[in-house]
Amino acid sequence: MFRKLAEVFGHGLKNRSFVIGGIISLLFFLVAFLSYFWTPYPVEDINIAERLLKPSTKYLLGTDHFGRDILSMLIKGARNSVIVAFVAIGIGLGCGVPLGLTAAAKKGWVNELIMRFNDFTFAFPSLISAIMITAILGPGSINSIIAIGIFNIPVFARVARGAALSIWKREFILAARSAGKGQFKISVEHILPNISSMLIVQATIQFALGILAEAGLSYLGLGTQPPMPSWGKMLNEAHTFMHFAPQLAIYPGAAIALTVMGLNLFGDGLRDVLDPKLRRSR
Amino acid sequence: MTLLQVKDLSVTLITAQGPQEVISNINFSMDAGDKLGIVGESGCGKSISALAMMSLLPPDSQTSGKIILEDQDILSLNSTQICSIRGNRIGMIFQEPMTALNPVKKIGAQVSESIDLHMNLNRKQTLERVTELMDKVGLAVSRFPLNLYPHQLSGGQRQRVMIAMAIACNPKILIADEPTTALDVTVQEQILDLIRDLADSSGMALIMISHDLGVIAQTTQNVMVMYTGNIVEMGRTVDVFQNMLHPYTYGLFSAIPHAGSSAQKKRKRLSCIPGQVPELHLRPQGCNFADRCSKVSHKCKAIEPAATKISDQHQVWCYHPLTQEDKK
Amino acid sequence: MRIFLAKRVFTLVLTLLVATLVVFVVLEILPGDPAAVMLGINAEADTLNALREELGLNRPVLIRYIDWVSDLFTGDLGISYTYDVPVSELILSRITVSFPLALLAITLSTLIAIPLGIIAASNHNKPMDFLVMSFSQIGIAIPNFWFAMLLTILFSVTLRILPAGGFAGWDAGIGPVLKSLLLPTIALALPQSAILARVTRSALLEVLKEDFIRTARAKGVNNQGTLWKHALRNALIPVVTIMGLQFSFLLAGTIIIENVFYLPGIGRLIFQAISQRDLIVVKNLVILLAGAVIMINFVVDVLYAVIDPRLRGDKDV
Ligand SMILES: Nc1ncnc2c1ncn2[C@@H]1O[C@H](COP(=O)(O)OP(=O)(O)OP(=O)(O)O)[C@@H](O)[C@H]1O
Ligand SMILES: [Mg+2]
Repeated sequence: MFRKLAEVFGHGLKNRSFVIGGIISLLFFLVAFLSYFWTPYPVEDINIAERLLKPSTKYLLGTDHFGRDILSMLIKGARNSVIVAFVAIGIGLGCGVPLGLTAAAKKGWVNELIMRFNDFTFAFPSLISAIMITAILGPGSINSIIAIGIFNIPVFARVARGAALSIWKREFILAARSAGKGQFKISVEHILPNISSMLIVQATIQFALGILAEAGLSYLGLGTQPPMPSWGKMLNEAHTFMHFAPQLAIYPGAAIALTVMGLNLFGDGLRDVLDPKLRRSR
Repeated sequence: MTLLQVKDLSVTLITAQGPQEVISNINFSMDAGDKLGIVGESGCGKSISALAMMSLLPPDSQTSGKIILEDQDILSLNSTQICSIRGNRIGMIFQEPMTALNPVKKIGAQVSESIDLHMNLNRKQTLERVTELMDKVGLAVSRFPLNLYPHQLSGGQRQRVMIAMAIACNPKILIADEPTTALDVTVQEQILDLIRDLADSSGMALIMISHDLGVIAQTTQNVMVMYTGNIVEMGRTVDVFQNMLHPYTYGLFSAIPHAGSSAQKKRKRLSCIPGQVPELHLRPQGCNFADRCSKVSHKCKAIEPAATKISDQHQVWCYHPLTQEDKK
Repeated sequence: MRIFLAKRVFTLVLTLLVATLVVFVVLEILPGDPAAVMLGINAEADTLNALREELGLNRPVLIRYIDWVSDLFTGDLGISYTYDVPVSELILSRITVSFPLALLAITLSTLIAIPLGIIAASNHNKPMDFLVMSFSQIGIAIPNFWFAMLLTILFSVTLRILPAGGFAGWDAGIGPVLKSLLLPTIALALPQSAILARVTRSALLEVLKEDFIRTARAKGVNNQGTLWKHALRNALIPVVTIMGLQFSFLLAGTIIIENVFYLPGIGRLIFQAISQRDLIVVKNLVILLAGAVIMINFVVDVLYAVIDPRLRGDKDV
């Protein structure tokens, strides 16, 4: 296991996307982690006297309309993005992969049913799901997690099914079957380990998409609620003050773009490193 | 009259192991109406030689030498000039009929494309030409309308479409690169007959590439045996087949149980030749066949053999050509 | 082709029905009492009862569902609780903003993306390719609403040449309408085109490796000809797939962008309806949006068959 990791890492160091994307992603996770111990100022501190300040040595990126330190909010916002995107991927993997594996193993009408379910779920972009959930429960970050998670399910189901179908044709699966192993056991013991690298690559991509979606939902007020800072919500507030303090609109957007780009680059690099032949099927 | 002359042709391709010379210094020529066979095991460079003649090698490949068609050196032409030769003066049929046709274009349109490019015909004349071609290749338009798509045809029928495309502009040379390998045995014979008939009736020259000595024997007047990018024996087909001189040629021949009898033309492993074709980057010094040869000597492993002329029509690249004794 | 269409229409109808069922269950059954949701916790019992009566909530669930679905067919969607106008009228008036916006955006993004993808593919591994791919990486990472804000800051706040938001209204004529839709269209289209350009490029590169491209070149077709006449149509298959998928992102994008630019379209309406808890409007809008995505997927499937004759299910000879 560690040998394999080390090997992947060794190959990765030669891949430009992998290195650049990896560094950006790592920084992002470190910043998110840092927020548990330290931010320059507490983000709950409202200080109207020092509102909408330009960047200075005291407030490196300035303050917002409540006089909160922008840098601190960005740091804590990173944590929020990580959590939402992470749990949403958990939902996607947890429901999507078993569905995909079942579809690949059973074929026939089960496969048909799962594929139709997939198509159907695709018809509800996370925004529409989030709108429905908010309409009955009111806004909150749980909504965005569920909505983004639901959208991840068909994505992972599709990837898992496609990859599993090609593994099922391999000879060692035939050997396992003739040894009398059931479909479930084969799926878990043989198929899953063999499709894991594809799932990891897809997870990186979905992570980036999740961050974008969370930002969008929070921007619309459907996602994360105060006092928890979120990059999307910071942009929403910046929109109100766009005419007096356009600088507020720059930092959170740049944070989103940089993180998403880092994750995407990392995902591209990782795919090439794990399997040069494995091209994106999206 | 010499139609095609290949002089000192070498081709270097970029492979996974870096640049590799896959064709080394080959020389041959053919006259108008000739039928030349190229035989050899998989990977010996048959297709690459053919592609070189069409100037269709991968963009990162390097070639040296000359390929002179009538009076033009194909390798020195610019892209416009080469496009006016391809499909016009040289036609080519590929190995894989299943993937060689564009799946989203009607077969009629695919056949008429080269006519539109190279012949100055109006629409009605083009249609007549296409109909005539389809008749010639045995896909009478009454049964196989021109608006069919490739997926509606069988492999053999698709290969017939390929042939119609290749001969559409009456080329001087038709290159057939293993035209039947991907087809059923019964269909193979029909397609070969078709190609032979077309070549005979139109007087175009034919280069027939195959692993199959039976096909070569039935089709060609001259033959060229290739091994790892070199020609090892060349001459008139009857001479070469009756008096094989290179141990490799002999090995190829013994590998086919009933050469010549058409029923047995399945692909066979070369069980009589020990060992395998060396990987490109592991080719030995000296004669490439040395490691697998029964008559190998020190000299073979040190210096590459030059051509030995047995007769006007028959050459072999070997220090120890086989004698009658060896073939017992 | 006919059998193919029939099958596809059948699944379309089925999918639409399931969608109505999901929306109905989530918005009318899960909340328990929709009337209570709409009026909030402090509502008086009398008002609640009156609203229940008005919305027909006292009828059996099945009847309510069937009624709603048949209402969807007739277009009589009831009266909005907050606006006090027929919901269908409300939606129709808002669509005159959203639909042109979406149409402009998808047109612009296609017009940008496909040429870029072709340029990148035909200059594979050359500087031009790298440039297009970098544009694409950046475009994918930039959220459209942030891009919208940057555009506003540049063109409205700093240069003051375009409005920061609002809609001129169709009465003002086509010029002012286009002017108010210009920035929103760009904000929607550019990030979309980044993805599409990338897909076009990789699809083309994939197709250019195929055997039939070699066949075309062997016929004497030149590079331009192989690209346009042989590769492009085959490459369109994955491109159209992604465009279909993108449509759902485009819808979501339209909703967000309308909110950034204060455009009175469907997106604004749905937000106002949520904040006012107007479940009748929300329900019908959600099914409209989901239905639009489903319909687009249907169109994409039919387009496939138009592009790729193998999918038509014609009989072999
Ligand atoms: N596009 C390519 N890039 C790199 N190497 C290649 C390429 N095409 C062929 N080769 C190598 O060139 C050598 C000659 O290949 P070629 O296709 O000419 O063989 P062949 O004689 O036609 O074999 P077959 O009977 O299997 O068709 C082989 O070793 C092959 O691996
Ligand atoms: Mg070959």
